Amino acid sequence: MTSDRQYFDEMLSGADKVREPYSDYEKWFIQEDVLRLSKKAKEAEAFFRRTGITFNVYGQAAAQERLIPFDLIPRIIANREWAKLSKGIEQRVRGINAFLYDIYHRQEILRAGIVPVELIAQNEAFLPQMIGVSPPGGIYTHIVGTDIVRTGEDDFFVLEDNARTPSGVSYMLENRETMLQMFPELFSQIKVQPVSDYPKNLRRSLAACAPPNCQGKPCVAVLTPGIHNSAYFEHSFLADQMGVELVEGHDLQVVDGRIAMRTTEGFKVIDVLYRRVDDEYLDPLNFNPSSMLGVPGIMDVYRAGNITIANAPGTGIADDKAIYSYMPDIIEFYTGEKAILKNVETYRCSDPDSLKYVLDNLADLVVKEVHGSGGYGMLVGPAASKKELATFAAKLRKSPSNYIAQPTLSLSTVPIFTKKGLAPRHVDLRPFALVSPNSMDITPGGLTRVALKAGSLVVNSSQGGGTKDTWVLED
Amino acid sequence: MKLRIQHTTKYHYDAPVSYGLQQIRLIPASSKHQTVQSWAVDIKGGSTELEFEDQYQNKTLLVKADPETTELSVDVVGEVETHCSDGVFGRVYGTAPLWHFRQSTPRTQAGRGVRKLAKTLQKAPDILDGLHALSSAIIDAAPYSMTDTEAHTTAEEALSAGGGVCQDHAQIFVSAARVAGIPARYISGYLMMNDRVDQDASHAWAEAHLDGLGWVGFDVSNRICPDERYVRIATGLDSHDASPMSGIRLGSARESMIVSLQVQQ
Repeated sequence: MTSDRQYFDEMLSGADKVREPYSDYEKWFIQEDVLRLSKKAKEAEAFFRRTGITFNVYGQAAAQERLIPFDLIPRIIANREWAKLSKGIEQRVRGINAFLYDIYHRQEILRAGIVPVELIAQNEAFLPQMIGVSPPGGIYTHIVGTDIVRTGEDDFFVLEDNARTPSGVSYMLENRETMLQMFPELFSQIKVQPVSDYPKNLRRSLAACAPPNCQGKPCVAVLTPGIHNSAYFEHSFLADQMGVELVEGHDLQVVDGRIAMRTTEGFKVIDVLYRRVDDEYLDPLNFNPSSMLGVPGIMDVYRAGNITIANAPGTGIADDKAIYSYMPDIIEFYTGEKAILKNVETYRCSDPDSLKYVLDNLADLVVKEVHGSGGYGMLVGPAASKKELATFAAKLRKSPSNYIAQPTLSLSTVPIFTKKGLAPRHVDLRPFALVSPNSMDITPGGLTRVALKAGSLVVNSSQGGGTKDTWVLED
Repeated sequence: MKLRIQHTTKYHYDAPVSYGLQQIRLIPASSKHQTVQSWAVDIKGGSTELEFEDQYQNKTLLVKADPETTELSVDVVGEVETHCSDGVFGRVYGTAPLWHFRQSTPRTQAGRGVRKLAKTLQKAPDILDGLHALSSAIIDAAPYSMTDTEAHTTAEEALSAGGGVCQDHAQIFVSAARVAGIPARYISGYLMMNDRVDQDASHAWAEAHLDGLGWVGFDVSNRICPDERYVRIATGLDSHDASPMSGIRLGSARESMIVSLQVQQ
């Protein structure tokens, strides 16, 4: 076993030296037969295919989507490392919710000149229909998936705040389930903090955000765009795991001023809707009139205080990549504390000096579209050809304000299991936070995404990335 | 001045509608300039599901058509006491920030024509005089005409068509004012006309915001600033936001609409 010295490897520090969180795992690993593990890796894939199909009775497209490669070497985080991370996430999420309330009310942060007005005014994620609306419990982002990368022993950076519709939590749950099935003995030797409570906590957290006029036990439902959506597997999985209905727009109507779903026993009122439909398509009466995926009038029911929509419409203004660069100031403005988790240095290409710097150093930078996600429309300078660089430079010159740039980070590596033994690959981490009026629940660990190609820094599943089980150890 | 308003909007569908919603902005609010003495909205062929205030503090109703209905009618009857304001609505602000009223919308996106109109405004030594001049320039360039535009016509389209109704005039005005960096908004409401009681449609005008004075109204179509003959109902960035009615329905039924409106003292 060797480590790539250029990068911080979370398992191996220098030749043969195993970092402390991995010591017990490594003791187990070196006693394992490589052939047995290879067989296990194949079993894992079969396991995923089986469960995936169980959850995808409707069609093949979603089942194929599900098969994101899984690597059986866990990513392990010590409890003390996690304590700092989760504290940082909690602070950040509190800041984001306060920011959203402010942006749709008095806009003190704009008056104070901390965030420029133009950044909000010219942002499509700002939803005028949310002006003056106070969501039940004052919560805008109920479910957050903060993307975090590591570059050294104590160096964690937030890469993105996925505050509008974070996905991937089903992989976190399935990865653990798979590991428990494959290596039950491992979990009796090493004490790993469980993640399986997530669906229960999600349901409880959503129910705690029910509107004040909800009578009795809140009715929660998951709204999906339908089976053709790439995350349909996750929508049906979460509804199933929470024990709530999975609904589509055409299942819902306005009934007595509430949103209700058709059931065999007539209409049933929904108090909290965990929607996985984007703002634009959520309500054809109030937003895009051609949307077939939404629920006409739901925004009116929301504004009348008769339903909770999670996450709240208009939340995207907080996870926009242009807003990201202001996040440390935003956190300090609302919490009065310095941000615990660092931001990656970000060049806003709308600024002429930054644009010049970015164009001059394109080969060393990562450039992202301000409104893009999923690794699309992104340039990784060091991995790009001369031609790709030139094409991108032209795009940048044409609409600079569409882009931000960041230095290429030396993302940490964690080994993956290959036929030739362990090999380091770059990883990121997406922990999931659940927010309700009186509590915040952050599942220990989260989703570790791993770039399977040697040297690649792009971990997105749409770009050939895989996932790993993420362990936070008990103390 | 005490104004009495009777306004009926009747939708007829050529086939039964299984599910349909109407968002209705037809409820005036009392202010320094008008006191709503009585106001009633009566729905036939549908039911009021809920009421809320939108982002411009417009009182909004959500009405659901009765299942399988072929007719939905909205009757408004009310009395409003108005007070002369010399066209100045003043420094009255809602939750929406002033910068929001500098934002263009699809219907008020300025093109070459509107930008040309805005140029004189940008050069005007006095903003208020400039806005009056803009108002005259608009009605000169696009005189009142019922045939040049329809409900979805944009400001720029109306201007190049060379004619329009009050909705178009107000939209051209707000579009040009915003090009010049002046916050502007669209107002829907009623106007008592001196020569008649029966009218074909409700009215619309524009407001621009000036430091000091606050919101100032411009009725481009009538070349005046709103006085005590005006009753304001709803506000927005454009005619869509402030629309008295906007609806959505399932199925392929075609809709026809009959409006009856009387405004009198």
